[in-house]
Amino acid sequence: MTAEIGQLALILALLLAAIQGIVPLAGAWRLDPALMAVGRAASLLQLLFVVIAFVALAACYGLDDFSVALVYQHSNIAQPLVYKLGATWGSHEGSMLLWVLIVAVYGAAVAIFGGTLRETLQARVIAVQGLIGAAFLGFLIFTSNPFLRLNPVPFDGVELNPVLQDPGLVFHPPILYCGYVGFSIAFSFGVAALIEGRADVGWARWMRPWVLAAWIFLTVGITMGSLWAYYTLGWGGWWFWDPVENASLMPWLLGTALLHSSLVLERRGALIAWTILLAILTFSLSLVGTFLVRSGVLTSVHAFALDARRGVYILGIIAVMTGSALLLFAWRAPALRTGALFSALSREYAITLNNLLLLAAAATVFLGTFYPVFMDVLHGDKISVGPPYYRATFVPIFLALFVLAAFGPMLNWKRDAPRPLLARLRWPAALAGAMFLGVALVFGIQRLVTALALALGVWLIAGALMVLARRWRLGAAPWAEVSSLARATPLAVIGLVIAHAGLGVTTIGITVVGAWQTNKVLSMSPGDSVRLAGNTVTMVGLRPVVGPNYQANQARFEIAGPFGRRALVSERRLYPASQTTTTDAGIAVGVLGNIYISVADRNPDGGLTVRMWNHPLVDWIWAGGLMMAFGGMVSLADRGLRVARVQRPAPVWSAAREAAVT
Amino acid sequence: MRRLLFLIPAAAFALVIAAFAFGLGRDPSILPSTLIDKPLPAFDLPPLRPDAAGLKTADLTGEPRLLNVFASWCVACRVEHPVLLRIKAEGVPIDGLDWKDEPADGLRYLVDQGDPYRLTGNDRAGRAGIDLGVAAVPETFLIDRHGRVRYKQVGPITPDAWDRVIRPLMDRLKAER
Repeated sequence: MTAEIGQLALILALLLAAIQGIVPLAGAWRLDPALMAVGRAASLLQLLFVVIAFVALAACYGLDDFSVALVYQHSNIAQPLVYKLGATWGSHEGSMLLWVLIVAVYGAAVAIFGGTLRETLQARVIAVQGLIGAAFLGFLIFTSNPFLRLNPVPFDGVELNPVLQDPGLVFHPPILYCGYVGFSIAFSFGVAALIEGRADVGWARWMRPWVLAAWIFLTVGITMGSLWAYYTLGWGGWWFWDPVENASLMPWLLGTALLHSSLVLERRGALIAWTILLAILTFSLSLVGTFLVRSGVLTSVHAFALDARRGVYILGIIAVMTGSALLLFAWRAPALRTGALFSALSREYAITLNNLLLLAAAATVFLGTFYPVFMDVLHGDKISVGPPYYRATFVPIFLALFVLAAFGPMLNWKRDAPRPLLARLRWPAALAGAMFLGVALVFGIQRLVTALALALGVWLIAGALMVLARRWRLGAAPWAEVSSLARATPLAVIGLVIAHAGLGVTTIGITVVGAWQTNKVLSMSPGDSVRLAGNTVTMVGLRPVVGPNYQANQARFEIAGPFGRRALVSERRLYPASQTTTTDAGIAVGVLGNIYISVADRNPDGGLTVRMWNHPLVDWIWAGGLMMAFGGMVSLADRGLRVARVQRPAPVWSAAREAAVT
Repeated sequence: MRRLLFLIPAAAFALVIAAFAFGLGRDPSILPSTLIDKPLPAFDLPPLRPDAAGLKTADLTGEPRLLNVFASWCVACRVEHPVLLRIKAEGVPIDGLDWKDEPADGLRYLVDQGDPYRLTGNDRAGRAGIDLGVAAVPETFLIDRHGRVRYKQVGPITPDAWDRVIRPLMDRLKAER
């Protein structure tokens, strides 16, 4: 019964999405307020029915309804409730339902909160969002129905892939999807602006919080994914250039570019067509990323290639959606007002460079990910690229980007002069130079790249802090003025400082762990001790444990280091239902680095093969990622205030503010 | 002229979609392996463990076996690994070719994940991989008693692929003279 309710709700949602996609477009064209209002109502109703479908599927999982094929495949009775519910989006069909749900949430959000938008623009944004929703609801219903029944009904289900039975699974996909799908709003805004033939400062001001929100979700999602891989894959790697990881990285790179270019549009009215193009491309890459890597075009662990119809349908959606948006762009964008001019040394120019570098970085990842496909087309053979490719292409682009990232916020809008600019950056440059020389002198010439990367990390952090120092006139003004300037600092500026500094923190983490991680492999029995990077690691106990749906060998360790003692537990688990083993590594977390221990099966001599790593500063990688996301949130808080204030007719005020905020 | 500039994204996108459509038409896991029914190309690779024997073509005859190409940096290989251990437990010989990998990394991978291989060779430069036509790891070759390639699995061996495809093929090869 529950499954049928869900099925029916999905069908109704599809019909409503079609109405939402068509009626308001006609309404905006004929300037008919009633038709435009239909779009708003349809978007809310569509959300309601998608929620019903989603809850129905979750209920099937929660109630162990193995007559539903999907539940049978991804759950069983012994599975803890949280993973039963988490399995709702742990399968292809379920994750598509989640995807559709988030599209509907964003569409309804524009209907609810978009009251201050130009009415025609709001109607068109809602309509485009409705068309996106309809396309994916169709995909769900016709090729990936989550509510298919089984007959006869099995007594118990198979099991969710044990690797996925982790708290990370419960939060990771929804957050990542909020990011991917969040960019659908940017896409809808871009297409709506092209249809309308108008993209102005108000448009950018309206779109930016949505882009920022999506970007925050994606940043947190990628950070969590990387952290998850670190502690589940059992050897401490944190990024693999796997197609699915690249799929999240590409929209992040373009989303970051979009965030910066829409800032230029908002402040200076420049880069209009470019911003629209980025808005279209960012969401398109989310689509290409999420679906094409799974459609059978590439060999991937995550592929659902068994059903060719899905791949064809997805490719069709992408071709029609992005294709028509880009054709619309080619047709309408040349007529858009061209923006204000700026000199070759200005913040606008720096952001343009930033955009080009981010685009180039995204292009290298795109090429690397789809290289086997392109090679197959050109030469008929399949070759894929590995990490060495990315080290040679992606890393240099990012190093250039890091150099630029400290310059950007220090530049004035419109025009600037080289000499004062360099004077403003003398402290960050001095600190970075000292770092470079220090590392190069202590560790020698073979550590030159490490020294350079560390110097860039320092450069980023110091450069970000310098933004505050300059704004507060630290060292130039009396203390009273400094403190009043500090209190008047807009949240957006603080957000910028945190995010850029976060980039520096991540850079330092990546560099240090890459250069100085050490490891040991040995056979240990309880009582054995070993030295690792200044710590003494002792195995204090070894015993079998039984979990809800697995058996494990559990080894306990004690680590005595210069800063006291830490305890650590590491497990090797066997899930009997699917005969899968997983490694549940033990990690002793510290600001200066982690000790990471994974255990393998017992040796014939009775000992346990233990592999231990010292990962210096590795947590900085994710701390920096979270800082970037937090900076975005701080900035978003500021945006809320400003969007509210924009409603007042105050062009003069905004010009004055622009002069005040440099 | 300016208008043409704005057409570039659409044109580039059309090319990409065409490539994808082409790619979708063929199953990426079915590769036209030129090696089917031919003898393995000659290689002689150093071992991963300093004290062990390496892996050379001459070793791969006598009884039907699997040759699994893997790498420590390959995520899909980690997914496949438990299946390889199971296959080993079922008594089927597997030899490993560690492709484009530092020997230390490959060894670390085997120590950590368990070692399903009888012989293991390290193909650090990827030369043997080219001769074998390796596109992406993991790949597995099914080799008969005369050292000829009889089947090639692209991508991880799933429990299903082992039970339904490779194991039956293996049994057939065992029955062959």
